[in-house]
Amino acid sequence: MSDNRLGENKSTPSRAGQQISRRKLFAKLGMASLGAAATGTMALTYRFLSPSVLYEPSPIVNAGKSESYPLDSVTLDVNSAIYLIHVQEGFFSLHAVCTHLGCMTVWKPELDVITCPCHGSQFSREGQKLDGPAPKPLPWLKSWIDDEGDIVVDRSTVIQPFQFLRI
Amino acid sequence: MARGTDSYFDKLQRTRAWRSVFRSGSGYSTLHRALAIQQNVFLHLFSTKVRRRMLTFRATWYLGALTLGTFFILVVTGILLMLYFHPSVPQAYADMKDLKFVVSSGMFLRNLHRWSAHAMVFLVFAHMFKVFYRGAYRPPREFNWVIGVILLLIALLLSYTGYLLPWDQLAFWAITVGSNIASAVPVFGGKVSFLLLGGHQVNANALLRFYVLHCVILPLAAALLIAVHMWRIRKDGGLYVRQSEPRIEPSAGTLRDSQPDDAVVKV
Repeated sequence: MSDNRLGENKSTPSRAGQQISRRKLFAKLGMASLGAAATGTMALTYRFLSPSVLYEPSPIVNAGKSESYPLDSVTLDVNSAIYLIHVQEGFFSLHAVCTHLGCMTVWKPELDVITCPCHGSQFSREGQKLDGPAPKPLPWLKSWIDDEGDIVVDRSTVIQPFQFLRI
Repeated sequence: MARGTDSYFDKLQRTRAWRSVFRSGSGYSTLHRALAIQQNVFLHLFSTKVRRRMLTFRATWYLGALTLGTFFILVVTGILLMLYFHPSVPQAYADMKDLKFVVSSGMFLRNLHRWSAHAMVFLVFAHMFKVFYRGAYRPPREFNWVIGVILLLIALLLSYTGYLLPWDQLAFWAITVGSNIASAVPVFGGKVSFLLLGGHQVNANALLRFYVLHCVILPLAAALLIAVHMWRIRKDGGLYVRQSEPRIEPSAGTLRDSQPDDAVVKV
């Protein structure tokens, strides 16, 4: 093993023997440690590129106590662009941005519809499209009651319609 | 290691994809090894053949290559730091604090950038001393020495402009002192300071100007001059090793000054 390593290397191809020269072993160990370092660097770089803190509004909105939303009321919060609606079956929340071109919709109590001022789309209070160019109904947003008894809405999570929050 | 045997690298070199990128082809003949350097856009700045004694540690102490290494570290860490830094007042200070305490690996990258900057200035000076005391600045390498002096100034200006970016008290007063030094230059000192700061005091304009200088203008100038610096090494006959220099006859009077050792012997 110690004498004429290169010659031995040629005479015994790697597939045949368990023998591996010291030089080759160190070369392989070197390459493996370089690979490990490169992998670690890539992992750390990915973590660096993902911000730990975001300076943007939270998608989770606290809508307050359920008592402030009387039965058959439709309440629009302009800042967070959500409706909080109280019907016989319970509470639910709709995204207030029109699915057509992104205008803010408004609740018309006299017509009992949600309408878009831009192109006249109309939605029922459950978000179903009644009229106009909007391609899709207004999405339902996930809502729940937190530990303090407040209604909390997650604007980033859309749920299937008619999943009422019962209190 | 496995030059004679068929390593994975040899197999990779024969693939069509590899050959489409590296046109010089595989092989260990003198021609192939020369073509590998000459036909590569990055490597063709360098010599296709180098004397072995030019690559020994004692020839250069590798100080120029180490300086280039710190420059690469500074470019990579600098670009990453730019992703979290807004050059505006007072956001810059908050971003620096975020890099230190919030961003994952932010403190590591910021310190790597800072210490590499210190190391680069040190290595540039060490490189220049080595070149000076070995007499490697002499003809035909005088112009490369001049480029090196400009690169020294760029390295110092990069350190100076980077100093303002944390936007803390140290940064503010260091740049105030520095711009006051600039304004002490006779006749146009005031104008230089005014243009440098974009105003009469260190403020939002100064921060933005130093940011642009630090991240765009000075690194581009440095990269360009580094390329010329490397190219001139080849054009001027490789790295300076006295044994490899062409012998000049003592009678060639005009060039006698470039061979002081011979001149001493003759006297």
